[in-house]
Amino acid sequence: MMPDRKSSLSSTLFDVVVIGAGVVGCAMARRFTLEGARVALVEKACDILDGASKANSAILHTGFDAPVGSIELDCIRKGAEEYRQIHQDMRLPLDAAGAYVVAWNDVEVARLDTLLEQAHRNGISNATLVGQTVLRDNEPHLSDRALAAISVPGEALIDPWSAPYAYLKQALQNGAEVFLKCEVTGGGFAGGEWQLETSRGVLNCRQVINCAGLYGDYVDQAVLGLSDFLITPRKGQFLIFDKAAASLLQAIILPVPTARTKGVVVCRTIFGNLLVGPTADEQQSRDEASTDTASLEGLMQAAIRIIPTLADMPITATYAGLRPATEQKEYRIIPRPDSNWITVGGIRSTGLSAALGIAQHVFAQYRDWGAAHEPLPDPRVPQANILAEQSARAWREGGQGDMICHCELVREAEIRQALTGPLAARSLAGLKRQTRVTMGRCQGFYCSARLTELTDGHFDIPLAKDIKHD
Amino acid sequence: MTDQIDVAIIGSGPSSLSAAIELKALGIARVVVLERDPEAGGIPRHCGHPPFGIREFKRVLTGPQYARKLVATARLVGVEIRTSTTVVEARPDGKLLLATKDGVAEIAPRRVIYATGVRETPRSCRFITGPRPLGVVNTGALQSTVYLQDRTPFERPVIIGTELVSFSAIMTCRHAGIKPVAMIEANEGVTARWPTGLFPRIVGVPLHLGTRLSAILGNRSVTGVEVVDRAGNHRVINCDGVILSGQFTPEVALARCGHLAVDAATKGPVVDQYGRCSDPCYFATGNVLRPVETAGWSWNEGRQTARWVAADLAGDLAPVGAEIEVVAADPVIRYVVPQRLSLAAGSAGMKHLQLRVTRRAKGTLVAMCGDQTLWKMPLNARPERRILVPVGKFTAAGKPVKIELKFIAE
Repeated sequence: MMPDRKSSLSSTLFDVVVIGAGVVGCAMARRFTLEGARVALVEKACDILDGASKANSAILHTGFDAPVGSIELDCIRKGAEEYRQIHQDMRLPLDAAGAYVVAWNDVEVARLDTLLEQAHRNGISNATLVGQTVLRDNEPHLSDRALAAISVPGEALIDPWSAPYAYLKQALQNGAEVFLKCEVTGGGFAGGEWQLETSRGVLNCRQVINCAGLYGDYVDQAVLGLSDFLITPRKGQFLIFDKAAASLLQAIILPVPTARTKGVVVCRTIFGNLLVGPTADEQQSRDEASTDTASLEGLMQAAIRIIPTLADMPITATYAGLRPATEQKEYRIIPRPDSNWITVGGIRSTGLSAALGIAQHVFAQYRDWGAAHEPLPDPRVPQANILAEQSARAWREGGQGDMICHCELVREAEIRQALTGPLAARSLAGLKRQTRVTMGRCQGFYCSARLTELTDGHFDIPLAKDIKHD
Repeated sequence: MTDQIDVAIIGSGPSSLSAAIELKALGIARVVVLERDPEAGGIPRHCGHPPFGIREFKRVLTGPQYARKLVATARLVGVEIRTSTTVVEARPDGKLLLATKDGVAEIAPRRVIYATGVRETPRSCRFITGPRPLGVVNTGALQSTVYLQDRTPFERPVIIGTELVSFSAIMTCRHAGIKPVAMIEANEGVTARWPTGLFPRIVGVPLHLGTRLSAILGNRSVTGVEVVDRAGNHRVINCDGVILSGQFTPEVALARCGHLAVDAATKGPVVDQYGRCSDPCYFATGNVLRPVETAGWSWNEGRQTARWVAADLAGDLAPVGAEIEVVAADPVIRYVVPQRLSLAAGSAGMKHLQLRVTRRAKGTLVAMCGDQTLWKMPLNARPERRILVPVGKFTAAGKPVKIELKFIAE
C-alpha cells in the first residue's frame, strides 16, 4: 500500500535510513554520509544516546581479550584506529592511560599466560607481563594483594558522549538528516525501496540499517516480522568517586576477564573522576536502569579492595547502564541482501570502542552489494565541545557568561549553545551529556535553580513549573 | 588601597561576611570576599523564612533580609566583594586561581579564609535503590528554585529526614503551595530539637518515624517512594518528588583537590584551635569546619576567626609547632573539631572542641592517650546536636600526644 503523501516525514528518497541514535547509529550515519550516501537517522527518544550508549565505562579498548578471529575484534581494532586518526581534527579527547590486567590470586596469575598469548594473537604485540614490583612502582596506591599483571599500553580513556555527538554532527554538517522522537513502527519493501512507517510519518529509502540497540530485536520483528536473536539487557552499575581520587591511579585497572563479563574496572575518567564498575545483572526491562543499595555497596567494597585509600573518598555519582546482550557473545551483524536490510545487533559493552569499525564493516558489506556512491571529496569536520578535565575548557575564557555549574565549571554560554541546533538537548540527561552540568559533587544542589530558568521551554519534561500564588 | 590583598575569604555566607567585617574593624586594609554566584550572601539568600539575625542584629529577619543586611554592612565598612568569581585552585602559600566572566586571574593574598560552608548530601552518596527520575532534590535546590526562581519541581513530594533543614523544607513548600505527602525518619525520634517534632503535624504533613526510604520509583519522573518500617513491612507512598534533606557535608572540593589536609570524619579541612589549616596561610571558619550549625553560630565563628587571622598578620599568633592530635576513635563519635591543638596557643583560640554523635548515646566520653585515661565525662547526646568540650581538658596533657576519644555506653 502506498503511503498517504501527507503523512510523509520527508520527500527525500534516502539511500540509507539508520535506526537508532546510539554510538553505533551515530558512527553509521557518519560513515555512510562521508561515503556519499543520502542518510537519515531516526531515533525514538528526544535526545540521542538515550539507550545503551548513555552509560558505559568510557574506555577505548584495544581488543586484546576479544575472541580470536571475531567480528568484534576486527571492529574494535578498526574502530580504535579510526578514532586515533580523527580525534585531533575533531577535538576529541584521548587519554593514553594504558591498562593493567591485574591478577589478584594464584588462579588468576596462572591465567595471565593464556591471556597474553590471546592478546598477541589479536595483534596487540606490545602487551607484556609485568611483575609485582613494576606494578607497585607504577601504581603505588594499588592494594598489596595485586600479584602480577599484563600491561596493555594501548587501552585509553575517551569521552563516551562527545565522540558520538561529533560523529553525528559531522554527518549532519555533510548533508545527513536526523529525526528525533521518531519511532519506527513498521514498513514495507518493494521494488528495491523501503517505506518505513514511523511515529512521525513515512520515510522512503533504499537501505535500512537497524542499530536500535536494546530494541534491535523488536525493530527486526516490527518491520521484517522476524528476529534472529533476543536481547536480554545486562545491567551494569557504576560508582564515580570525587575528582580528588583521580590522583590515586594512572592506568586502567582491569580484572582477569571471565567468559561472561570483563568484570569490575577501576579507572580515571576523561572528566577527571575515578570510575568503578560495572556489575553485570541480567534483567527484562529495556528502559529501567536502576541502581540498588546492595550492588553499590558491593562496588564500594570492590573499589577499596583494589585501592584501599578509596575508603576515605567521597562518592560523586552513581549510575546504571544497560548493555544489549544476546544469546551469543559475538556481535549480531546480519546482512539481508534480499531485503536491503542490515541488522547491527548485540553490540554489548565494546560498542564505544568498536562503533567506527562497525560502521566501516557494515559499509563494506553494503558496497559489496553494488551500491555506488562518490565519497565526499572535502567533508566538513566539526569540533566537539571541550569537556575533558585536562583540556582548555570554556571556563578559562572570557565572555562565556556566569558559571552555572560550580562543580564541573560549566558556563552559561555552553548551556545556551547545547540548547540550540539540530541536536539541542531536550532533556536534562541530554544536557548533562553535552555540557556536564549537574554531574559534579553536589549533583545539582547549587545549580538546579538557575537550570530551571535557562532550560525553561526547552525540555519535553520541564525541570520546574511556575508557582501559582493565590 | 594597596595592590596587596591582606585577606581573601572564599565564600560569602554568614561566617565569611562576619569575618570580613571584623577584619576591617581590626584595621586590616584590604579584605576581599570571593563569591562564585552572581550575588553575595550565601545560603540564607534562599531561606525565605525567619528566624535569622537574632544574635547578630537583635532582630528576627528572614534569610534574604539577613543576607542583604550582612552584605550591606560589609560593603559599608570597606570589604571588597567580588561576585561571579570562582576560586578554581587553591595553591600553597595562599595563591589562588580565579575564574571570572573575563577569564582567569591569579591573586596572592597574605592569608586565605575558607568559608565555603556546607551542602546536603546528594542522592548518589546515599546509595538509594531505583532509577534516576527527575524530581529528586535537596532542600537547598528546592529553596533556591522556589525563592530565587519562583518555580517548583513538584507538587506532592515526600521529605526524607527530620533535621532542622527538613522543617525549613516544609516552610518552603508552604510558601510555594507545595503539599508534602509525608515526612520520613529512620530513627524513632525527630532529629531536630523539640518542639519542632510537632511541626509537621501542625501543618498537616504525616510524620513516619522508624521508617526508612528503601527505593525511589519512576523512570522519567518520580511516581512514588517505597518505604520500610522497623517490622520490615514495605509499602509505597505515591508522590511526584523527593526532598533529600540534611546529611550535610562541607563544601571542600578546593581543599580536597588541592594541598590541604582534609579530615575523614568532619570531611572539612583539618584545623587547630585558631582554625588554621595544614598550610598556615589558610584558615577555615563556619560550616566548612563541620556539618552543621546555624547561621548565627557560623557568624560568631567568623568573627572569632577574624581576630586570629588579624593576630597572625601582626605576627602575634603562636607559630605552628608542637600539637596535640585529637581523634574520634569510636563509631559513636562522628567527629571532633578542631582536630589539632597547638600547645603554644595557651588559652587563645577556640574555647571548645565540637563533637557530634552518630546515634543516641548515653554513657561516658573517655579521652585516652595510649592506654592511659586522661579524663572522662558523662555524655547524653543525640545525633545532629552540638557537644562542647573545653579545650583545656585536652591541652592539660601538656605535650604533643595523640588523644583518642572513646565512648562507654551506660
